[in-house]
Amino acid sequence: MLNEGRATRPAADTAPVEEETLTGNRALQLEEPLLFEMGERDRSGVDLPEPPKVKSRLGGLERRGAIGLPGLSEPQVIRHYTRLSQKNYAIDAGFYPLGSCTMKHNPRLNEKMARLPGFSDIHPLQPESTVQGALELIDTLAHWLKVLTGMPAVAMSPGAGAHGELCGMMAIRAALEDRKDPRKRVLVPSSAHGTNPATAAAIGYTVDDIPEREDGRVDLSALEKKLGPDVAAIMLTNPNTCGVFEHDIVEIAKRVHEVGAFFYCDGANFNALVGRVRPGDLGIDAMHINLHKTFSTPHGGGGPGSGPVVLSEALAPFAPYPWVVTDGDTRRLIEHDRSARPFGRMKGFHGQMGMFVRALAYMMSHGGDGLRQVSGDAVLNANYIMARLKDVMSAPFPGPCMHEALFDDSFLKGTGVTTLDFAKALIDEGFHPMTMYFPLVVHGAMLIEPTETESKESLDQFIEVMRALVARAKTGDKAFFQQAPRFSPRRRLDETRAARKPVLRWRPPALPAAAE
Amino acid sequence: MRYLPLTDDDRRAMLGAIGAGSVDELFRDVPSDKLQSAPLDLPPFSGELQVERRLAKMAARNMPAGAGPSFLGAGAYRHHVPAAVDHLIQRGEFLTSYTPYQPEITQGTLQYLFEFQTQVALATGMEVANASMYDGATSCAEAVMMANRTTRRHRAVISGGLHPHYREVTETLARFIGFDLDCAGPDVKGEEDLAARVDDRTSCVVVQYPDVFGNVRDWTALAQACHAKGALLVVVVTEFVALGALKSPGEMGADIVAAEGQSIGNALNFGGPYVGLFATREKLIRQMPGRVCGETVDADGKRGFVLTLSTREQHIRREKATSNICTNSGLCALAFTIHMSLLGEQGFTRMAALNHAAAVQLADRLDAVDGAEVLNATFFNEFTVRLRKPAAEVVEALAGKGILGGVPALRLYPDRPEMANLLLVAATETNTPEDMDAFATALREIL
Repeated sequence: MLNEGRATRPAADTAPVEEETLTGNRALQLEEPLLFEMGERDRSGVDLPEPPKVKSRLGGLERRGAIGLPGLSEPQVIRHYTRLSQKNYAIDAGFYPLGSCTMKHNPRLNEKMARLPGFSDIHPLQPESTVQGALELIDTLAHWLKVLTGMPAVAMSPGAGAHGELCGMMAIRAALEDRKDPRKRVLVPSSAHGTNPATAAAIGYTVDDIPEREDGRVDLSALEKKLGPDVAAIMLTNPNTCGVFEHDIVEIAKRVHEVGAFFYCDGANFNALVGRVRPGDLGIDAMHINLHKTFSTPHGGGGPGSGPVVLSEALAPFAPYPWVVTDGDTRRLIEHDRSARPFGRMKGFHGQMGMFVRALAYMMSHGGDGLRQVSGDAVLNANYIMARLKDVMSAPFPGPCMHEALFDDSFLKGTGVTTLDFAKALIDEGFHPMTMYFPLVVHGAMLIEPTETESKESLDQFIEVMRALVARAKTGDKAFFQQAPRFSPRRRLDETRAARKPVLRWRPPALPAAAE
Repeated sequence: MRYLPLTDDDRRAMLGAIGAGSVDELFRDVPSDKLQSAPLDLPPFSGELQVERRLAKMAARNMPAGAGPSFLGAGAYRHHVPAAVDHLIQRGEFLTSYTPYQPEITQGTLQYLFEFQTQVALATGMEVANASMYDGATSCAEAVMMANRTTRRHRAVISGGLHPHYREVTETLARFIGFDLDCAGPDVKGEEDLAARVDDRTSCVVVQYPDVFGNVRDWTALAQACHAKGALLVVVVTEFVALGALKSPGEMGADIVAAEGQSIGNALNFGGPYVGLFATREKLIRQMPGRVCGETVDADGKRGFVLTLSTREQHIRREKATSNICTNSGLCALAFTIHMSLLGEQGFTRMAALNHAAAVQLADRLDAVDGAEVLNATFFNEFTVRLRKPAAEVVEALAGKGILGGVPALRLYPDRPEMANLLLVAATETNTPEDMDAFATALREIL
C-alpha cells in the first residue's frame, strides 16, 4: 500500500501546539467580523427589479442621504450567520440543564407544521370566513390547555410568561375593581421568579414577601399573618423554585380565598405536573403557561415565547380581547363585544399563532398518555441527579424533588471556588451551566433541570463530570475553576465595562461616539 | 414515544438508585386526591404522519394570502422573504438556544443582536436600539411608559392616526399602571393638529408614520413643539419598509421610535409572533425597557458581547424593575437582521421604492373604479378608499372571488359606524400588475 505523503498517524516528534494562529481562527472556531466591517454599499443579497416610474405620493418626505446599511451577497450572509451560529450552545448540541427554563428537545415536526402556508401565510385581519382553520387551531389548543389544567377558560394572547403574569394580574385587579373592592397588597414568596414582584409592582400593588420554611415551602402560619382584607392576591410558583411541591397548596388556596383574595400560580414549572395534576383542582384562579417551556416551542435565543393564561370562572369574564367563540359550524374571533367586560388588549393581534401551532403539534404527538409520561420522566430524571449527587454536593431541602434538583454552595465552603466558577468549569466540559444564584433563598444556588428528553447515558455523563469537578474543587485547585472557561469561543467577559460605558451599536471608525 | 429517551430498564435502574419503588412515589408531596390516576380525557399519542394529517386539514381550511391577490396591511404586511432567512433561523444553534445569559457560549446570539440593534438604529435614524420587544403594539405602550419615567409626567397625547390596537394596548396599561391618555379621534386624512394639545403636563405625543390610514406627514414641527414643552415625541412605525423611502423619524426629531419589524424577514403568521423594535437617543438608554446587548472584551482582551444594563431588569431589580418584560423576540429579530443583511442599503431602498410604486399603481386603478375613491393625498404603500357600499360586505364578496381586498376600517373602529364604507388597502412588491387588475375588475363588479 502506497502511503507516501499520507501520514496515517501523528509523527512522534510533533512540536507542541502553538497557542496562536495567523487568523485568530482555531479550526472550527472561526472569528467573524461584524456585518458593518465587511459590507459594501453596492453589493446586495437580493435581486430586485428596477421600480416602475411613478409620480411620488410621499409628500416631499423622500429620504435623502444614505442609511449606512452594509451590503453583502447571499454566500457572504450564509457564511456570516453560519459562523455566528457555531458560537452558540444549544439543546441540539448538548445537555442544557438550566433550572426554571425547561430546555427540552424542540421537535422539528413543530417547525414544519408552523410553516404550512395555511398557518404562516394568513393575515390577522383576513375575513373570518377565510381563517376558519386558524380559529379551529386556537380553539383546539385552548381545549387542551383547559383539560390539562382543569380550568374553565384561557386567554391566549400574551406573548411570553411575564406577559401572561401581567395578563393574569390585570384580570385579578379588574375583578376586584368590578366588585368595588380595590386592594393594595400582593403576597410573593422570596423564592419567586423576579417577574412576579415586577409584575405586581408594575400594576400598582405593594409587594409583600412571604418567608420560606426550612423545607423550602411557604410558611403557612407566616402567610396567615400576612393575609388580610387588603390582600389582592398571592403569586405562588408550584412546584416552587426550590424544586419542591407546595404540599399545603390546597390549604393556602382556601385561606387566600377566605379573605377574598385571588390565587395566581406561576406556571413556569408546569412540566413537573402536566398530565398528572390539574392546577384547577388545587384552587388556583389564574396561571400562565409557557408554551416555550412545557410544550416545546423553541426558546430561539430569547423568544418569541407564548404565555396563555388559564382563568377561573371568577376571572374569565375579564379576559382580554380577542377570543374565539363557536357559532354552530363556524368560529368567530371576538375583538369587540359591548356585553362583555374584558380588561383590554395585550397585543397587537391575536397572540403567538406560530407558537400555538408548534405547541399543538407537540401535544398531539404526545397525547394525554404521553404528556403524563413527560412529567413522570422529568421528575424521575431530576431525582436521579439529586440521588447521585447529594452525597458530594449539598441539597438544602429534603427530597424528593420535582422536576429540578436544587443545591447550595456549602459543599464548596473553604475551597475558594464559587458557584459561578464551578458553573463555568462545566462549559469547558461541554455542558451548559445550570441556573446559578437562583432562587435567592439559597446561598450560591445551583438549580438543575434535566427535562424528560435527556437519556440516562447523558445524565450519567453529566453526573460523573459533576462528581469529578467536586473532587477537584476539594483538592484546592482554585485556579482551575477561576480560569474557566478556557476553550469556549470567548472567555469570561467584562460585564462591568459593558455597563459602565455602554456601546450598544457599531459606529463607523471615522465617527467615534455620537456627539451628545 | 419518539421524544422520550428513557427505556423501562432505565426507569427501573434510576428508581433503584433513588430508592423509590415507583415514579408515583416521587409525587408523594402532592395531596393524593389531587393526583390523576389515569390519563386525562385527551386523544392518545400520535405518530408524525397522523399529526401532520390533522394539522394539514386545519391549515387547508384557511385561505393563504399567497393563494391569490392579497392587499392587506393595517399593521401586518406580506413581503417576499428570501429563502436564506428561514434556512438560517432554523439552525439548531439559534433555534434551540436560551437567552444568552452565558456569554462565553452564546456569542452567536449576542453578535447578531448587536448587529440588529445597529440596523434598527440606522434605519430609524436614532442613536441606539434595544434587542426587541414582543411586538409593535407593546413597544408603543413601553415607549409611553418610558416617556413618563423620563419626564416624570403622566399624560400622553395619542394621535388619531395611531393603529387602534396599539392605542388599546397602551390604554390597557394606562388603566392598570396609572397614567392618562389624551386620545384624538380617527384622523382619516392626516390633518389633525396635535401641537395644540401639548402642555407642560404632557410626557409625550405618540404619532404613527405612515399613519394607520396611510398618510405620510412630516413630524418635525410637532417634535419641536413637544420639546418646547419638555415632552418627548414617540413615532410609531408599523410598516418598517417605509423607512427605506422616507425621511427617518430621527431626522424629524423623534425621541423614541416604536416599530413593528414583521415586514422584514417574518411571515404573517396570523398576527404573531412578530418583533417589536425600540430605538431612542443615547442619553435616554438607562430608561429604555427590554434587553440590550453591548460590546466589551473577554479575559484575553478579545472583543465580545454581553447583555448589559441589566440593573434595569426584573431578574435583578424585582419590584423596582423598569418593566416586567422578560422575553424579547430573539428568533424574529434574527429573521429581521438576516433579511436586512441580504437587502443591504441597495436592496432595502429598492424594496421600498417597489412598494411605493405598487401602491401608486393600485391607487390609480382603484380610484378609477366607479364608487371607489382614494382619500389620501400622501401615502407609502397603503391608503384608504371610500366605497359606495359597506367595506365588510365588499371584502367578503372579494374573498368569494379569491381576492383578499384589504381591511374594512370598521374592523379596527367597531364603534365608528360612520367609517363603515372605508377600506384600508396595501400593496407590496409581491403584488403584480395582474393582481391589481383583478382587484380593480372584481371591485367594479361588486360595486
